[in-house]
Amino acid sequence: MATLPAAFAELEPFADWALPSEHDRYAKRIASTMHQLQTFYDAVFPRLEDSVDYLRQVALDGISDEDRSLLWLFSSLVTVSFPVEVWSQPRVPDSGASALDVVVEPVP
Amino acid sequence: MPHFTKPAAGTWTEAFELPTEPVSYEDSISPDFYELERDAVFRRTWLNVGRVEQLPKNGSYFTRELDAARTSVVLVRDMKGEIQAFHNMCRHRGNKLVWNDFPQHETSGTCRQFTCKYHGWRYGLEGELTFVQQESEFFNLDKGDYGLVPVGVDVWEGFIFVNFDPEAPPLRQYMGRLGAGIEGYPFHKMTQVHKYRAEIGSNWKLFIDAFMEFYHAPVLHAKQATEEESRKLQGYGYEALAYDVDGPHAMVSSWGGMAPPKDESMVKPIERVLRSGLFGVWDAPDIGELPDGLNPARHPAWGEDSFLFFPNFMLLVWKPNWYLTYHYWPTSYNTHIFEGTLYFVPPENAYERLQQELAAVTFKEYGLQDGNTLEATQTMLESRAVTQFPLCDQEVMLRHLHTVTRRYVDDYQQHQPGTPVSVIAAS
Ligand code: FES
Ligand SMILES: [Fe+2]
Repeated sequence: MATLPAAFAELEPFADWALPSEHDRYAKRIASTMHQLQTFYDAVFPRLEDSVDYLRQVALDGISDEDRSLLWLFSSLVTVSFPVEVWSQPRVPDSGASALDVVVEPVP
Repeated sequence: MPHFTKPAAGTWTEAFELPTEPVSYEDSISPDFYELERDAVFRRTWLNVGRVEQLPKNGSYFTRELDAARTSVVLVRDMKGEIQAFHNMCRHRGNKLVWNDFPQHETSGTCRQFTCKYHGWRYGLEGELTFVQQESEFFNLDKGDYGLVPVGVDVWEGFIFVNFDPEAPPLRQYMGRLGAGIEGYPFHKMTQVHKYRAEIGSNWKLFIDAFMEFYHAPVLHAKQATEEESRKLQGYGYEALAYDVDGPHAMVSSWGGMAPPKDESMVKPIERVLRSGLFGVWDAPDIGELPDGLNPARHPAWGEDSFLFFPNFMLLVWKPNWYLTYHYWPTSYNTHIFEGTLYFVPPENAYERLQQELAAVTFKEYGLQDGNTLEATQTMLESRAVTQFPLCDQEVMLRHLHTVTRRYVDDYQQHQPGTPVSVIAAS
């Protein structure tokens, strides 16, 4: 299970969102309720907002396991921001059964 | 009242000598037309199958399933560093040569030779047959006569193309004036790749249509912006800065004030914090001068240029110095595989990585809406309840695409002596 940098310890309860693939982050979003997504967003968004300077000095080259988990956690926030900030539902409206699957993505 | 200057002919459509009448979409709903398209278009034009970065070293290879062109191909960088393309087919008894687990799935990797899974014939990376199991059992078999069947292959600006027509013009000539105009763009620096794939229940041309006009954007994607911004966009509608056509290829140049936006309160909170969105990362990396073919109207509000290199390769170059490709690979008259690939200058830190992630995910959210609309369009077109459709001047690229496709098919039919039946009888 992911361990975040010490300064982000209060986000540990959300560590199951630290998923390295967009495929899994999107799947978790779709499988969540709006209440779960909102709770996640409300806890994680303020930490992204106050961590911009920190993230800017985390080089991807040789990134630590903790920072890598943090990166995946914030990547999930990116995925979750759409239902919370725009759609008011986990799925993209009017997207029906269509799926756009990631087949190549950077790691990290 | 147009906000941007139209050409002297009065409209873009008339400037490109296209008809202004309502159009038929029979070319997108007819199985017979699709069968003709496969030979007339997909076996006669240069098809972009990948980038040179996918073949990083000697022995690197990847396969592509080109159903529309009725074949599978293998691309490989040989031991001399040259890129080769072959039909992915063993010369012994026709087994598919390169695949893993599922013969219909594309694959990639590195190897020194290709070995057929059936009876173990082996081929060098330049296609030469090097080993035949129990060779002495064969009758006067000269290995020199049984190399892999080559496919025309060429590279433009790092993009690898194949062509099944032995009489095809050279790739660079095919890319024409629009291709020449963007030569020199630093595609090779943008090696950070996010690629998405979708199976779409529509004719391939219908999805190109959706991406060659932005007339739909303020409406279909209304909810993607904040409410106030969305109302403003719908009131304004959409006009391109410029359109251009050269041979079968076309481009549309668009404005885009979203990266960075004039007023940060107009964007979503995540965009404000990550300084990124649909138009890309607001803090553009320095890539030097842009080639002349971009922003042809030289407009200060320029945001993005979309090129369609016929038949199915779209290249979108964005002002914040990144690019996107779309490919549409038909699998039947009313289905195709869509690929959308985002290319960025590699990020250096975690913040930049998140900025790019937001651009990629935003692309996906829009694409999901576009894809679903199309399946519904295809079904209704197939009802043939309505058969003629009015297209406006902002939909000129669609009109061009369908006109060019019909021209290729007409041309092919005229130069085809006899029917396929007589070909079989004669051989
Ligand atoms: S079919 Fe390939 S070795 Fe027989
Ligand atoms: Fe769209």
